[in-house]
Amino acid sequence: MTNSPLTPGIVSGRLPAAALAANFADVEPPLDRHEAMVAADRCYFCHDAPCITACPTAIDIPLFIRQIATGTPEAAATTIWTQNILGGMCARVCPTETLCEEACVREAAEGKPVEIGRLQRYATDIAMAKGLHPFTRAASTGRRVAVVGAGPAGLACAHRLAMHGHDVTIYDARDKPGGLNEYGIAAYKTTGGFAQAEVAWLLSIGGIVIETGKALGRDFTLDDLRARFDAVFLGLGLQGVNALRVPGEALARDAVDFIAGLRQAGDWADVPVGRDVVVIGGGMTAVDAAVQSKLLGAETVTIVYRRGPEKLSASVYEQEHAKTAGVRILTNAAPVAVHGDGAAAEVEFAYTEEGPDGLRQLPERFRLKADQVFKAIGQTLAGVPEGLALTGGKIAVTGPGRTSIPGVWAGGDCAAGGEDLTVTAVAEGRDAAEDIHAALAAGRGRG
Amino acid sequence: MASLATEFVGIRSPNPFWLASAPPTDKQYNVVRAFKAGWGGVVWKTLGEDGPPVVNVNGPRYGAVWGADRRLLGLNNIELITDRPLEVNLREIKQVKRDWPDRAVVVSLMVPCEEESWKAILKRVEETECDGVELNFGCPHGMSERGMGSAVGQVPEYIEMVTRWCKQHSRMPVLVKLTPNITDIRYPARAALRGGADAVSLINTVSSITSVNLDTFSPEPSIDGKGSHGGYCGPAVKPIALNMVAEIARDAETRGLPISGIGGITTWRDAAEFIALGAGTVQVCTAAMTYGFRIVQEMISGLAQYLDSKGMTLGDLRGRAVPNVTDWQYLNLEYVTKARINQDLCIKCGRCYAACEDTSHQAIAMKPGRVFEVIDAECVACNLCVNVCPVENCITMERLPPGATDPRTGRIVGDYANWTTHPNNPMARAAE
Repeated sequence: MTNSPLTPGIVSGRLPAAALAANFADVEPPLDRHEAMVAADRCYFCHDAPCITACPTAIDIPLFIRQIATGTPEAAATTIWTQNILGGMCARVCPTETLCEEACVREAAEGKPVEIGRLQRYATDIAMAKGLHPFTRAASTGRRVAVVGAGPAGLACAHRLAMHGHDVTIYDARDKPGGLNEYGIAAYKTTGGFAQAEVAWLLSIGGIVIETGKALGRDFTLDDLRARFDAVFLGLGLQGVNALRVPGEALARDAVDFIAGLRQAGDWADVPVGRDVVVIGGGMTAVDAAVQSKLLGAETVTIVYRRGPEKLSASVYEQEHAKTAGVRILTNAAPVAVHGDGAAAEVEFAYTEEGPDGLRQLPERFRLKADQVFKAIGQTLAGVPEGLALTGGKIAVTGPGRTSIPGVWAGGDCAAGGEDLTVTAVAEGRDAAEDIHAALAAGRGRG
Repeated sequence: MASLATEFVGIRSPNPFWLASAPPTDKQYNVVRAFKAGWGGVVWKTLGEDGPPVVNVNGPRYGAVWGADRRLLGLNNIELITDRPLEVNLREIKQVKRDWPDRAVVVSLMVPCEEESWKAILKRVEETECDGVELNFGCPHGMSERGMGSAVGQVPEYIEMVTRWCKQHSRMPVLVKLTPNITDIRYPARAALRGGADAVSLINTVSSITSVNLDTFSPEPSIDGKGSHGGYCGPAVKPIALNMVAEIARDAETRGLPISGIGGITTWRDAAEFIALGAGTVQVCTAAMTYGFRIVQEMISGLAQYLDSKGMTLGDLRGRAVPNVTDWQYLNLEYVTKARINQDLCIKCGRCYAACEDTSHQAIAMKPGRVFEVIDAECVACNLCVNVCPVENCITMERLPPGATDPRTGRIVGDYANWTTHPNNPMARAAE
């Protein structure tokens, strides 16, 4: 190894292999049986539990925790998967601190919620390791449904449709299924190839075919699908990335590309990262890019967000995680230029202030040394088929994901409404599937 | 600090905390460790007749019931009386009493129901200069199959007979240890008193099967796939023991009979409760077996602090609660209370609502925002909501003052009235 955190430029191998392996290990190791028993025992089995209400997929959390506590994690996993077929991934990536665990009455009682996410992982890990898949496919209906996008929404939709006996074909533009589960989440949150293992497990219900490398608008059109299938579900995700719109933008890289590249890297030592990294943005993507830059061995990593700290969309838990990893978070600073000759060298920022007319830049400016700059200021819907009504830049839906086009449903990040979370996507995909099933049973569907 | 020095049927000890006859008191080594830790006395593990030593099982002797976080709530055992030679035990008892003259050393005994057997062992025990004997009429397992232990304790006539022999053939104080495996504890206690017992000690262990192994279908503890009922003890049996102690303390015949309280005593607080119900000393086993002998230090400091805070002596505490133990028929039916939920303390778990709505009187309303409120017109004051609430003092019972109208019954609350004069009672006495 010739490089170190102090090596200038964007280089790989800043840390020894052992350090990299330790840095990218499971960020929150699984609970062992004893730990799970102690954690499960803290659940009060609330009436009409607030945690269930707070869960976008409405998992019966007190029931599954009681099932763990009584030594039947397999039954707990069934309870979880009945509502959320990607319960294993959600256990790893859900911002539980703003969902179920925030609502936990133990949080109110003592500021220490029941560890719902980790318990969910405990149950689903055990059941998956045993190869349990507690759902069977109903007799084939002969109906065919196309699902565009093999991300959380599409997979959840496909699984529920398959359960009801429909034949599902999933198209995905990438090489692997999984969507953001495979390409968009920090590596330390889902180690050991879990995303692909979960997809394989999900597909074991049968009746689902995945065609990868097939993109809507490039390889087929929505009209093609409507002609060939009885119903279509769009789980496109957000393929576009917001631009900084400042001079030198070309010297900055999309954080989502960096994160995706990390997930696909065979060896951490092959992933290049800057010595001084600046991440522009204030959400989960910014945190994932910043923390992983630090874990790869960047000397300094700074997240810079244009609004105040209270507006950061990354949860407090994520912010703390970043700070613990050694990431600095600056707020009320907006980028005005990326400087550099062929490669980034500095980012220039203006201080900002919230005023009656919104955010305004102040005359005071400063520069941060940066040989690598990441943009993480939000993703946008791109490549939407014509004819679909949009609202707020997303596909407009009514009820359980019905779009403006009969026979076409949508869910996940591409659809309006709900937070852009894996768990929300799962709920929307699942609910759309139920609606598609009802529509097909009623003879509706293809318009 | 309040003095904890105790004199019980003439036996002195620096505090009322004794170790019960059980594995912790089976030999000199353990007992010396206990005395060094601060225990006021011991009841030496039960001695049997001279002869071939007792044989124990060679598999597990204990079964357990756990609460949250594997806290040991109940322990069950199938161990028999001491399996060491009588001669060794007697020699060690004598040595210990000589080395620790200020501590109580009582010796537990169990021999066949024959006068000669008791006469013989009493003579040898007396030579140790121990402070007294405790007659083991309680063990429910093993020895009872041979006509000893609870087999004696379940027949009041035998208790009386053996107690009388012991008083005739010994000058030592005689404590009679009672089994809870009977229908009415007053009968064996009265029998002991008639036989001349100086005191009773209770409870011995409760006949029990702690669990069944659902793979092997053997009761636990399992000996080669089979199990036998054992004796249950530990925190789980404390309420049973408290009631039995109280029954003896307030019975017209046995009132004033000294009691050594036993059964799930784990903290100073448990001990204080037994003492308040009339116990002169308390005996501990499971807590020591769970945590070791050092717990006695908490018991000593806790009881002394409590007595100081109340401005009471140990003697003041003894039996203090006995007059308040009464029959149901004398309970005040004009004591009308309603549950009150402190909204500031409520964490909105809804357990009170589930308990009341599903299993009780539909007296709690669940309002928007998970606000839980008691419906006075339905609340019968059962206290279940208080008991299931995870937050201490969040739900309390508030008394309606005399003169107020109970919204549930429409009746005006009076001062005092009980079942004996209630109009619905066919046996009601005419008001005087």
